[in-house]
This record gives sequence, structure tokens and C-alpha cells, in this order.
Amino acid sequence: MRKAFDTRALPGFGVMTALCFAALYLPIAVLVVFSFNSSESIAVMEGLSLRWFRAAARNEAVIDASIRSLQLALAAAGLATFVATLAAVATTRTARYRGLRAKVMLFTVPLMVPEIVTAVALLILVSKLKVWTGYTGLGYLILSHAAFCVPFAYMPIRARLAGMDTTLEAAAADLYASRWQAFAHVTLPLLAPGIVAGFMLGFVISLDDVVITEFVKSAGQDTLPTYMLGQLRRNITPEINAISTAFLGLSIVMIVLFYLLNTRKKT
Amino acid sequence: MAQSLPELESALRRADIRRRWWLSLPAMLVVLAAGIGPLLIVVVYSFLESGPYGDVVWKFSTEGWFNVLLSRDIFDDTVSLADAHLAILWRSVRLSAITTLLCLVVGFPTAWYMASRGPKARGLLLLLITVPFWTNLLIRTFAIQQLLRAEGLVNVVLMKLGLVSAPLQLLYTDFAILVGMTYVYLPLMVLPLYSTMEKFDFRLMEAAYDLYASRRRALTGVLIPLVKPGVIAGCTLVFIPCLGTYVIPRVLGGGTNLMIGNLIELQFGAGRNWPLGAALSIALVALVLVGLVIFQRNDRSGGDHA
Repeated sequence: MRKAFDTRALPGFGVMTALCFAALYLPIAVLVVFSFNSSESIAVMEGLSLRWFRAAARNEAVIDASIRSLQLALAAAGLATFVATLAAVATTRTARYRGLRAKVMLFTVPLMVPEIVTAVALLILVSKLKVWTGYTGLGYLILSHAAFCVPFAYMPIRARLAGMDTTLEAAAADLYASRWQAFAHVTLPLLAPGIVAGFMLGFVISLDDVVITEFVKSAGQDTLPTYMLGQLRRNITPEINAISTAFLGLSIVMIVLFYLLNTRKKT
Repeated sequence: MAQSLPELESALRRADIRRRWWLSLPAMLVVLAAGIGPLLIVVVYSFLESGPYGDVVWKFSTEGWFNVLLSRDIFDDTVSLADAHLAILWRSVRLSAITTLLCLVVGFPTAWYMASRGPKARGLLLLLITVPFWTNLLIRTFAIQQLLRAEGLVNVVLMKLGLVSAPLQLLYTDFAILVGMTYVYLPLMVLPLYSTMEKFDFRLMEAAYDLYASRRRALTGVLIPLVKPGVIAGCTLVFIPCLGTYVIPRVLGGGTNLMIGNLIELQFGAGRNWPLGAALSIALVALVLVGLVIFQRNDRSGGDHA
């Protein structure tokens, strides 16, 4: 008997999908598997061991870069989320006013500029500032990262705000809440999931950045990605795989948290 | 104290707008100081003279822009096309276009398959596409580099199978860059395609089949025209970042197979020609804008008869 005609099936599409998912996950899977290799090979498994994880955990440069990456991501995502929250409040739930569209564009357009161009622009600016002010600290990196995190923080917060009506704030105002009280006790709690989502996106984006960091950082300010980029030129051992695996683990935890947060919001 | 109601309303409105400007000020400062503002410096720098040890000399010059596509012989001053730059420019556009096409060929069926599942499976598949998208780009590029190395898994398997006798030189080729870019940007093709197809009315396919359309006809006559906005969004999201990519050619193309991003970096490092680097940067932004406009125009013409 002939199978029922499936109007949703198209020839070869299923195979291509399987191929797509295999292609997406196989390289990462191989990378992770070889981080547990007991030998120096990245192509032949000779036994399981945590040798390379131990090596990475003892490597001063790796620890230093990891701590800096986390500090930077926390500070940059925090700053970006703070300013983006204010900006989202300022650009939603209002009749159109002069400059509104320009502001919204300003907060989203950095996404369209190629990263290498922003990096070069910051290099020119920051190299001058370092000479003029004598300050070579982490501040430049924090501000640079915050700038490209703003769109990622702004968009989920803005989306969340746009879906909220103003009746609750109006009710708070009727009950003699000051503008600040209404914001702190009514708007902010309702907005929280958007703010958390925005912060997490910013955090992941900052943690991943390599191009802008590479151009802006002062000597001795390696983050984990720039450290890894520097190592790629040298002889590669599975230590890099071990670092990558740990990094991937952290990213995946963040993504799953983000996903859970988002799906719960909708139900 | 005789203020009419409309006057009061407009005063309140002005106060509200003023407050909104104050609230957006911090974000504007951050983006202008470290995002958009510095781009203006790049424009200025592209019209200055190159300094002997990098940086610039504050004198107006169009030499930077001249050097983007042309080169002047240092001995007899003859002007010719800068072949090296043209080759890199061409490689960037060509590899980005092929990558976009490859992503479309793999991404279109995937998105359709995902959209035609039940809601639970759809959610899971969507998460599976999103996870690689949010994992570190450098790590994903590095995963490809390991596979393609002379002593990497691909060569080991090929040799075990007896298909090749010596390791193939896969790394540091255009092929490696192509594989890397397709791998990295594939989710950016699938996601917008999926979100368009999710809203697609599957009864339209049934209607096409009822009217004796073949599978191919239903695909090209019904599905593709109706999901064209998704196709264009996906192509934009892949092509644009490919053009400006820097990390992927650096890791997979070695020092020889450069793209525009690497050429720009070179001018600020070993090349020591900041005005040229600045001019190339502006040219890249212009190229991106042209790409955006072309995709947008196609989108509009697609919307007319849909």
C-alpha cells in the first residue's frame, strides 16, 4: 500500500536537516572529546584523562585571563543594562516626539557596523587617550564592551516594556505613589525578566568578544579569547581544548538559563 | 494662575519629553563615546598623511583613498591598479557570496523541516540551532581548524580509508575559510527562515497539490515566493558579517589568504599605514551599506506580488 501523501514533506529536506545538525555539533563534539585525551594528539584518542584540565587550571596566564574576562563581562553588561533600561523607558510607551526615531536607531545601529571597523576606530581613539591621560586600566575595555552590549541589552528590555500597558503605573499614581515609587515598585518588577535577559545577552556577547578587545587592550590585559587567539599561532596541545570545553560549558549554562527564562515568561 | 487645560497639557508633554531625553542620555553617551563616535575619527584619519612609524601626520591628503584601489610606482610614478587589494576585495565578496549560498542550501530545508514539526519538537530544534549561535565564535572557528589540520581528524580518517596517501593541505586555504564561515553563520540563516516559515499557512501547499502541482512546482511556485522575506533576511544576516569577518580568515586562512578585515588590521600593525586602513574601513562600511540596500530593495519587490 502506498503511504499517505504528506503535504509537508519535501524530497531530501529531512536528510539535509540531519546533515545540518550533524555539521553544527560534530566539530564542537570532537573539540570537547579531545580535551579529555591523555596524549598530546588532537586526532587520536589514546585514553581518557583530566590531564589538560589540570594543566589549564595551573596555568597562571589562563587563570588571570579568565578572571579578567569575567570582571569585564560583569562590568560591561552591568553598565550596558543600566543605561539600556533607562533608554528603553525613554523610548517606549510614548507618542512620537522629535528625535525618538534617531535615538532608537542610535541604540540599535552599532549591530550593523563591522566589528573590525569599530575596533580600528577605538584603537585610534584609545591609543591617543592612553598617551594624554596616562591611564591604561580596564576602563577603556569596559566602556568599549558596554557600547556594543547596549543593543543586545536594549532590545529585550524594550520588547518587554512595549508589551506592558501603563494602567498599573497610573493606578500607583492614583494611590499617591511618587514617580520614583511607581517605577521602583511597579514598573521595575514587571520589567525584571527583560532586564535579566538583556544582562545575560550582554554578558555572553562581552565574554565572546575577541576583535575589539584585541585592539583596545593595553599590554598584559589579555582576556580568555585574546589569550586563546595568541596561543593558536603556537604548537597546539589539548590544553586549548580543555579551556574551550570549560568556556563552552559556561556559555551553554547561560543559554539554557536564558531559554528557560524566556519560555516561562510566555506561559 | 489662569492656565488653560490645553496649555497645561502641552507643558506636561514638554516636561515628559525633556525627562525622556535625560533618561536616554547615559546610553547615548556610551554609544557615541565608544561605538559610533570613533567612526567619525576614522573618516578624518582617512584624509590625513601617513606617519613614518604608524599614526598620522596632520596634513590633508587623499593618498589613503588613492591607495585603496590604486598604487603608484615608487620609481617612475606610474599609476596602476593595486592588484593585491583587488584580489583581497574580490576574495571577500566571492567567499561571502558562496558562504551565503551554501548556508541557504543547507538552511532552507532545515528551517522547513523544523517549522513542519509539532510545537514541542519545534522548541527543542530551535534551542539546538540557537546554542551554537551563542557559543564563542573563536572556539567554533578553532574547532574547524583542529579538524582541518594536517594531523587533524579529517586527514587521519581520509588516510585510514586509503583515499589519500599523504595529508591534504586543507588549512590555510580559501576552502578552509569557506567551511569556517558556513559553519559559524549557518544559524543566522536558519533563524529568520524558520520564523517566516513558522507563520506559513501549510494549507497553501495542500491547495497546490490539489491543483495537481508537482512537489517541485509547489516549492518554487508557492513556498519560495511566500517565504522570500525570510530568505532575504537570512542572506543579509550571513552576507554582511561575512564581508567584515576578521577572526575566521586569521585562524583558518593563515597569513596568506586575507579578507578585507585582515587587510585593515595589517595597516594598523605591520603595514603602518593608518590613513589607508581608515579609508579601507570606510570602504567596508560603504560596501556593507550597499549590500543592505540591495537586499532591502529585493525585499520590497518581493512584497509587492506576495
